[in-house]
Amino acid sequence: MTLSAEFVRRLGAVTLDVTVHVDRGETLAIVGPNGAGKTSTLRTLAGLERIDSGLVSWSNEVWDDPSSQTFRGPDERAVGFVFQQFALFDHLSVLDNVAFGLRARGVRRIEARRRASELLDQLSAHALAHRAPVTLSGGEAQKVALARSLAVSPHVLLLDEPFAALDATSRTDARRLLQEQRGDGLARILVTHDAVDALTLADRILVMENGRVTQIGTPDELVAMPRTMFAAEILGLNPLRGRLAGQVLDLGNMTLTVGAHECSDGAALAVIRPRSVSLHVAQPEGSPRNVWTSSIAGVDRSVDRVRVRLAGPLPIAVEVTHGGFEALGLREGDTVWASVKASEISVRQG
Amino acid sequence: MTSRRANGRTPIVIVVLGAVACLVFALPLVALLVRVPWRSVGSILTSAAALEALWLSIVTSVVTTLLALGIGVPLAWLLARTHFFGKTFVRAVCTLSMVLPPVVAGVALLATYGRRGIIGSPLEAVFGLRLPFTMPAVVIAQLFVAMPFLVLTVESAFNSADQTVEDAARTLGASALYTFVHVNLPQARSSIIAGAVLTWARALGEFGATITFAGNFPGTTRTLPIATYLSLESDLGEALAMSMMLVVVSLTVLIAMRARFLPTLGESR
Repeated sequence: MTLSAEFVRRLGAVTLDVTVHVDRGETLAIVGPNGAGKTSTLRTLAGLERIDSGLVSWSNEVWDDPSSQTFRGPDERAVGFVFQQFALFDHLSVLDNVAFGLRARGVRRIEARRRASELLDQLSAHALAHRAPVTLSGGEAQKVALARSLAVSPHVLLLDEPFAALDATSRTDARRLLQEQRGDGLARILVTHDAVDALTLADRILVMENGRVTQIGTPDELVAMPRTMFAAEILGLNPLRGRLAGQVLDLGNMTLTVGAHECSDGAALAVIRPRSVSLHVAQPEGSPRNVWTSSIAGVDRSVDRVRVRLAGPLPIAVEVTHGGFEALGLREGDTVWASVKASEISVRQG
Repeated sequence: MTSRRANGRTPIVIVVLGAVACLVFALPLVALLVRVPWRSVGSILTSAAALEALWLSIVTSVVTTLLALGIGVPLAWLLARTHFFGKTFVRAVCTLSMVLPPVVAGVALLATYGRRGIIGSPLEAVFGLRLPFTMPAVVIAQLFVAMPFLVLTVESAFNSADQTVEDAARTLGASALYTFVHVNLPQARSSIIAGAVLTWARALGEFGATITFAGNFPGTTRTLPIATYLSLESDLGEALAMSMMLVVVSLTVLIAMRARFLPTLGESR
């Protein structure tokens, strides 16, 4: 059982041109810059908006096919939608919010409330049952929104920026909840702008730019070779644009020697992984070919690594261990030598 | 008099002009209170004629309000949520009576439902029904002039309501009609009540269209405003007492409603 969508939709400035297939039990993350069409894609899959051409279907069930004038509205598709701002019904209690879908499908009030109550139990949110939505915190509201969409047993669950409206603590809880729910037989699509969420919560990642799918693949495939500047940036890698001539990449103000590749000469996108750059206080010995001097523009410490931002001529980010960084005794503004092996620079046509 | 914000005093010119505006409203009310013949007010208002007019006014204005709710709210939803050719024109037609002189409304209604009117004459020929100068005519006149208040208030509530909540209902399996009843209406609840109160108050005070189209028959079409106007000719004290009653009834409802449902009429922060 698969959600299949191959469609074109004109939205003023942007034209959505999307091909995507998501299997039962699979989680797909859609990442992309603002205005790329991520939310519109979700709304189209939910039937809140219609396609101009193409086909949207769930297994053998056609949901939207303009060529045969077939269209199932959102109430006729087994789709759950968790909205970014949750969109709870303020005039109903939490319990009745969760029971709403069942009531709309003709289930009697007592039975609908019983099932809603069970679902809240499963999400350990039973204490919220009789609260009014306006009194809930962001994290609680999201749990309720999730319970509400799951109550009608959808085949497909669509989550629009599920963590954007949450504070840091509830974000952690929400991530854990989604992680626990993985593989529960739903086809899930999650829109996010956070690469870490995409990498940790999804089986596959779809990169969307300007209405088009620029890359789709497993997290490993994306990290190994991001196809566009955006994909590389969002993954925390260092994308570089330049012109390739043989093994030499000309960046304008300096050149780098790159590893083995199958690209022809001309415009190229190169990626340097932050962890593959070494820092030195003096000119390194031996003969790594890519060596240059720079100064430290900034230092960000995270739990496991130190991220050092270099100033020109090559403004990139470098990641080293805390111990390694302390041993160098460097501070912001200091001059530093940087080196990277040719084999650590991957290139792609473009 | 101090301004809410700490920076500077309230300019004296604005205070004076504002006070003049306030007097425009307050003076006539004070005059009414001063001139009402308090000693005989009880017997005037409990006279058969006054009670009859009051009762007729209440019945017709309440019926008008209920009818307006029944058809005006769906109209407001159509104006807010659907797109169709000529919508701007339709909205203008539906709200024109707010700015139309009421006597013109009365003449237009006579042309429609009168004995030679485009609806009135077939109605009489086929069913033997005559609308003008009957109680239903009073309701039609009130509906014509008062319903726009409901339509506009509720339309703006539908427009400003969060549409993703509606989307959420649809993805949960609710049909468009179920969503209208169980999501749109509760969301717009306070505006619907506010619009209904405004409509009711306008209907209660309706005079021009009513006397033109429905006439002035005691017990069937002589509403309190009409009775008040007529008593001016015979007994000024009676007119003053009835006016007092209309002021008290309207004011009571506005004050009761303002806190919850009419934020613009309530005290500003």
